Amino acid sequence: MKRFYLYLVLTVAGITFIYPFLWMIAASLKPEIEIGSLGLWSKNFSLESYRLVVQKIPIWRALFNSLFVSSCVTVSVIFFGSIVGYALSRLNFWGRNLILGVILFTMVIPFQITLIPMYILMVKFSWVDTYLSLIVPGMITAFSILLFRQFFLDIPQDLIDAARIDGCNDLTILFRIIWPISKPVIITVGIITFMTSWNDVLWPLIVIRNEKLMTMPQLVTIFAVGGQAEAQLGAMLAAATLLAIPIILVYAFFQRYFIESMATSGLKG
Amino acid sequence: MLAYVKQKIKKSDKIGYLMSLPYLVSFALFVAFPLGFSFILIFHKWNVITPMRWVGLKNFYRLFHDVEFFRAIYNTVVFLIIHIPLQIVFALVIAVLLNQKIKLRGFFRAVFFMPVIVSGVVITILWQQLYAYETGVLNLILTQLGLPKIPWINDPSWAMPSIAIMATWKNVGLYIVLFLVGLQNIPKYLYESAELDGATAWQKFWYITVPSLNSTMVLVVILSTIGGFSLFIEPFVMTGGGPMNSTLSAMLYIYNQAFYFGHMGYAATLGFFFAFIIFIVVLIQKRVVERK
Repeated sequence: MKRFYLYLVLTVAGITFIYPFLWMIAASLKPEIEIGSLGLWSKNFSLESYRLVVQKIPIWRALFNSLFVSSCVTVSVIFFGSIVGYALSRLNFWGRNLILGVILFTMVIPFQITLIPMYILMVKFSWVDTYLSLIVPGMITAFSILLFRQFFLDIPQDLIDAARIDGCNDLTILFRIIWPISKPVIITVGIITFMTSWNDVLWPLIVIRNEKLMTMPQLVTIFAVGGQAEAQLGAMLAAATLLAIPIILVYAFFQRYFIESMATSGLKG
Repeated sequence: MLAYVKQKIKKSDKIGYLMSLPYLVSFALFVAFPLGFSFILIFHKWNVITPMRWVGLKNFYRLFHDVEFFRAIYNTVVFLIIHIPLQIVFALVIAVLLNQKIKLRGFFRAVFFMPVIVSGVVITILWQQLYAYETGVLNLILTQLGLPKIPWINDPSWAMPSIAIMATWKNVGLYIVLFLVGLQNIPKYLYESAELDGATAWQKFWYITVPSLNSTMVLVVILSTIGGFSLFIEPFVMTGGGPMNSTLSAMLYIYNQAFYFGHMGYAATLGFFFAFIIFIVVLIQKRVVERK
């Protein structure tokens, strides 16, 4: 009996989390007048709302922009993060702990304080309305360096010494010896970075004004807020669904990695 | 001193400096410069186009007389007072349930976690429809239960709590997972010895489980607080800060001042003060929760 209640509570809670998403997908397929209903099924399902979205905003271009920006950022964060993480964990040099201290310090600075000066920097670099403003500031993160460093600290020195005797330099050691055994941390950093970049809206809203360069969440936001949707609920929900689908698809396949990565980053950050 | 440093550097692994360079460049450009520049900006009036004008402490004076600044703080406090307890209670209850021997644990965990990975834009557009007064799903349910409709986002006293509820729905999955990790780290013998002493389930929960999760609680409270002060896209999409500024958040106010009115100096001052407040609040929370 006790188990029954346990499952009942979990199922009810589970429905509260799944149902809104199902409702959104269903509503995006329904004609406008049927949206205000509880049920998921309609006899009049059509792609009309999606046709409207595609016709009014360059959503495919935005999808490409988001994929491009998030991929560049992720590859770069893994590349540079591991290089710096390697230096800070496996090489001895004066000032190493100072750099580490600086990194820890930067992690506690609230972004509210640097946001406006960062925007002005983008204006001065003439990076406003270019991909550069979306990619370059995110190319290396304090958090990725710390995760890589933590992981690299536990690698046995013998492995590195052996490689050095074979004539490897530090970069070859990192990419040939250490990377292949560091898949868990690379996956964690990759997932967190990609997701953060993909879901970011505030920064794109600030530095991108040209519709062709907007990221997907930004374009959908402007579509919903700026009146292009003309209060067509179906179109707004269709745009939101299109925005949700890529990340949900990836999540469906890698949910375990997502959850574990977010948990580690939450605990360490 | 200099000679000492020189000696040290000489013995250092030079490759180390080379490999740290990417971070140092990024730090100089995107952390040190903005931080330094914000100290300059807060004493100036500037709209980016015309030259900067020195105004001394005028931005500060304005800030302390700015009704909307205090409104944004008040709104954030309302948000946090609802959001943090809701978040902790729900996350803890679900985590404890999931920590039992149950089937489909991974499935349930994945379901609760789903809103965490989906963009806030999606969640907000979706909940805007759920909250709609006439046609929204939530009010439809209330009407069918014979209850009166709630003006979720149309009434100034409901709007911020509604956003807090939505934010809880979005984030709670992450905290469920964090609590689960915490629960699994509690040594079994604590419960076993309590059972020998005849402790009830409630006593075990209250005297063993809750204190053992203290560090997770601190984390939840701090992350939620930072989240509250960073609240932007939810009011931006759902209410635009209204009705009657009741959902004007700290970040939304900075954004409006900077990019709607072009008051860069004042926006930087706001950012500076909000950052300062976050810092103080987090420090206090750390002290208070850790002592408990």
